[in-house]
Formats: sequence, structure tokens, C-alpha cells
Amino acid sequence: MTSVIGRTGSPTTASAPPLEHAEPKAPIDFGALTVVPTRHWARWILGALVVFVVAQLVFSLFTEPGYHWEVFAKYFFAPAILRGLGLTLLLTVVAGSIGFVAGGVLALMRLSKSPLLSSFAWAFIWFFRSIPLLVQVIVWFNLGYLYPTIGLGIPFTTEYFVEFQTVSLISAFAAAVLGLALHQAAYSAEIIRGGILSVDAGQLEAAAALGLPAHVRVFRIILPQAARSILPNAFNEIIGLLKGTSIVSVIALSEVFYVTQVIYNRNHMVIPMLIVAVVWYTILTTVLSIAQFYIERHFARGSVRVLPPTPIQRARSWVRTQWDRLDDAPAKEVRS
Amino acid sequence: MTILDHTATTTGLVEIRSVSKSYGNHEVLHDVSLTIEPGEVVTILGPSGSGKSTLLRTINHLETVDRGWVSIDGSLIGYEHRPEKDGPGKLYELKEKEILKRRTQVGVVFQNFNLFPHLTAVENIVEAPVALKRLSKPDARELALGLLDRVGLADKADAYPRQLSGGQQQRVAIARALALQPKVLLFDEPTSALDPELVGEVLDVIRDLAKLGTTLVIVTHELGFAREVSDRIVFIDHGHILETGTPAEVLGNPKHPRTQDFLAKAL
Repeated sequence: MTSVIGRTGSPTTASAPPLEHAEPKAPIDFGALTVVPTRHWARWILGALVVFVVAQLVFSLFTEPGYHWEVFAKYFFAPAILRGLGLTLLLTVVAGSIGFVAGGVLALMRLSKSPLLSSFAWAFIWFFRSIPLLVQVIVWFNLGYLYPTIGLGIPFTTEYFVEFQTVSLISAFAAAVLGLALHQAAYSAEIIRGGILSVDAGQLEAAAALGLPAHVRVFRIILPQAARSILPNAFNEIIGLLKGTSIVSVIALSEVFYVTQVIYNRNHMVIPMLIVAVVWYTILTTVLSIAQFYIERHFARGSVRVLPPTPIQRARSWVRTQWDRLDDAPAKEVRS
Repeated sequence: MTILDHTATTTGLVEIRSVSKSYGNHEVLHDVSLTIEPGEVVTILGPSGSGKSTLLRTINHLETVDRGWVSIDGSLIGYEHRPEKDGPGKLYELKEKEILKRRTQVGVVFQNFNLFPHLTAVENIVEAPVALKRLSKPDARELALGLLDRVGLADKADAYPRQLSGGQQQRVAIARALALQPKVLLFDEPTSALDPELVGEVLDVIRDLAKLGTTLVIVTHELGFAREVSDRIVFIDHGHILETGTPAEVLGNPKHPRTQDFLAKAL
């Protein structure tokens, strides 16, 4: 700084003593001056590096013969793969639904005033979080070694009214659902409990003071507010579950990953077949992520003054701005 | 206006008898007895930690009591008395459903409003009458809009609590408490969380209620308001009721040295 800006906004220098009748310099209108932006050199260099790495990768995608894109194209919509995909989705939906409903019940049990209920829920969560999912699925699949038959009868005796062979009762599918659902229940219980605890105690007090029955307090007052903190974690879990279904390939259940393995064992096109699985998992995860955005936006009602625009609204507003720019200058800034 | 008129004719006798309550070794209420007549406006004053909020909250069972009892119009809060042929009979703890039913006779307005943030102003008010199957949804909405008009917020019916100022939120909370047409209204420091310039609008609403003849029990630090609106003032310290009387008696000519001390600091 070479000059000092005085209170009036006019530059003065230290050497010039103020004169009574000196002509005052015209004040500078800073708003009209050109702004020189800061140069971010490090940012630009790193940016160039990133562009290079991505370009190299894309180049190799097209030039590397090992990708065998013709094999990828041939199998991507193959009926066997699509059937496997169906089973993957079915397992996710069934195990996810059972898991989250059971998790909700466990969360309420853990928060219950009854020490028996709360310790049972604690023990359940402790136990099923302790066993790796892979181990659990194999244990359920082999339950027949431990209890050859399962039946309904007089408690603590071996008198049965009806009795089933465990092997026929617990199919590979049932073993997979049991393993995934119990695993999911343990994790989602903690997520739901965390969400419930995040709701201000005053809310429950106000609901109680209004005489609202228990089911209204839970489903109308507490859970909609807890949803804000439950949802991001819940979607993490659902996406984790979707990918976790690949574990049940160990019990020869023909979900999408098992099918790709079977095919590459036959045609030895390991990488192209794995890419088929990778792309399908990515597509499903993307769909879930989009759903997450809209569901979270729905539950944000009341917690933000104005809801953020959806990507579609944002894109529309951007197009409108660009369109206006084409027409007439200066462009109108469109904000939503 | 017509919505609130009925409250003038309902009763609302609150009896608090020999109530004691401890948290661990700390006794917050010691042998407290107080009768509040139907339609009376009673203000509870006292230093913080004196037990005044706890006393207020025992009136609708948000706090349970260790000894003694509380009743409204003769029906016990939280218990049912079943007489026996020989002897005084027994007290049976009520099931939650019964507790909830009796609670609706008593409305509560909290210091922090405790409006449901995911519901609009009108939805906050509609929730209880509909959930308790007292009114159909359209009727409840009509009632809610009338109550909002009553507290001067007819234009804010569809606003979420976060879009309202503190004073407006507290007025919605009062409308919500009124929707169940309680015999008794409890105010737990209703203006303590408000900016000074918003206190007046809430006090105006409470003043109107006082004129309509609902029993009001108010915990507040607004001495001027207490003097103006109360029929009776109760001074409480360390869980004991030290003094009760008209505003002129308690505020103008306090007899207990601790009341004098408290008023000297507050004024």
C-alpha cells in the first residue's frame, strides 16, 4: 500500500500536510474498478495432473485389447446375467426389509424401560455384529448338521406335532436371507436407535403432554424427525447390503456375481465378465443414490427454510440462464 | 372467539396435597400443598432451582411424585383410588392410556415451545384432536385456523416452526395447547427463551386467556406481568412454599425474608 485511504475515501499521503483551501482530489469509485482475480497456481498444476491421469485411463479403455469389450457387450444383457441380477435385487429387498423392520423393533426394545427387553436387544446386536457375514451365511447353510430336524412341539422335550428336515426347510436362498437379514437387523438397530436419540427430549415431552398415544408418538412425531439422521446411514447400509449379496455366491446361490464366475470359469474371459458385474453394481448403486437424494429432501421439510433445488431444477435454471445470454446482453442471473 | 368461550364454564380445580419429590438425595419438593380454584390465575415465583418448574410438571404427571398426591376436579393424577369396605382402600397406578386421557385436561406451554418442527403451524395444532379421535380432520383444521386467528397468526397457518420468530412459535404452542380445550393451562417460563421485544406479544395472549376464566398456573420471571394478571402469587424456595397471597401482599409487602431478598434482587 503506497497511500493511506482517509475516512472520506480520498487517498492522502503522509508528506502532504492538509491545506485549508487545497483542491480536494475527486474520490475514487472503487465499485467501477477492474478486479484482478487471485491466481491459484498449485490448483492448476494438480488439476492438469488429474486430467492427464483420467485421459490416460480413458485412452487405455479403448486401446487395451485385454478388456475384450465384445465379450462384455455379448454378456451384459445375457439372460443368465439378468436372472442373477433379479436374484441379487430380490435378496436385497427381502433381507433389507426384514432387516430394517427387525432393526426398528430391536431399537425400540433397547430403548425400552424393561431391563429384560433392553438386554435381549443388546445381546442380539452384540452377537450378530460379532460374526462375519460370510461365516454366518455358511453356518445357516449347514444348520442341518446341528439340528437335523426342526419342528413344533412341547417345549424342552422331543415330542413334536410337526417336524421338518432342516436341509429341506433351510434352502440356500433361506440361508442367504437369514444371514443377510440378521446381520442387517443388528446394524440397522443401532442406526435407528441413534436417530431416535438425536430427537430432542422436549419433543417426546410435548407429545406426551398432548396425550398422544404411543404409536402416534413413535410414527408421527419421533420417527419422521429421526429420519433426518437415519437416512444417510440407512442408505449406506442398503448399498452395503446390495454389494454384500455377492457373499452368498459361496453357497452356490446364483446371484449376479456367482453367474459371472460360472461364465468366466467356462470361457476364461475373467476381466470382461467381472466388468459386467462391476457395471451392473454401479448402475444399481447409482439408482439408490438418486433415490436417497429425493427421500432425504422430502424429510428435510421444516428443518431448512427453503428446500435446495433438485439437480433437474438446477439444470433447467442453468439452461434458462444460457438461453437468455444468447438472446440479449447483459444476461439476467436466474436464481431459484 | 366462540372456540374459547366454553372454557369459561368448565371447572378446573387443582389440588396439590403434601407432595414431596427427590432426585437422589436432593429433595426438590418438600411437603408442598396448594389448592388452585377453578378459573384462578396463580403465578409461581422463586429463584432458579427452587422446584417451581418441578411443581408445575407434577400437575400433569410429566414428573411423578414420591409422596402426596395431585388431583384435578377430584380425579387423581396418575392413580385411581379404589375404596375398600374396611379401611381407606388402595391407589392403583393407571395404565398409560388412562394417564394420557387425564393429561388432556391439562395443557402445557413449554419454555422452548417444543413445536413439532416437521409439521406446519396448523398441522401442529390438528395433530392431537385428530389422533385422539375427538374431531374429524376438516373440523380439527377449522378449529386450528380459528385458534391461530385468536393468537394473531392466521396468515402463518402453513409456515413451519423454523420459519417463525420465537414469539410466533410460542403463540402457536399456546394455540396447540388450547386445541384440546383443557381445564387447566400450565405455563413453564413461557417467555424465558424469547428476545425482549417478543415477550409482549406472548404475554398479551396469556392475558386474554386469564380474562376468559381458564385456570392458569404460570411459572415466570416477569414480575410486572405477574402482578397485573395473577389472582394469587406463590413464592417457593428450596422446595418449600414460603409465602402465598395476592400480588399486593407478596410483591408489595413480602413477609418472609427470603421473598424480600428475592424481590430486592429481581427489581
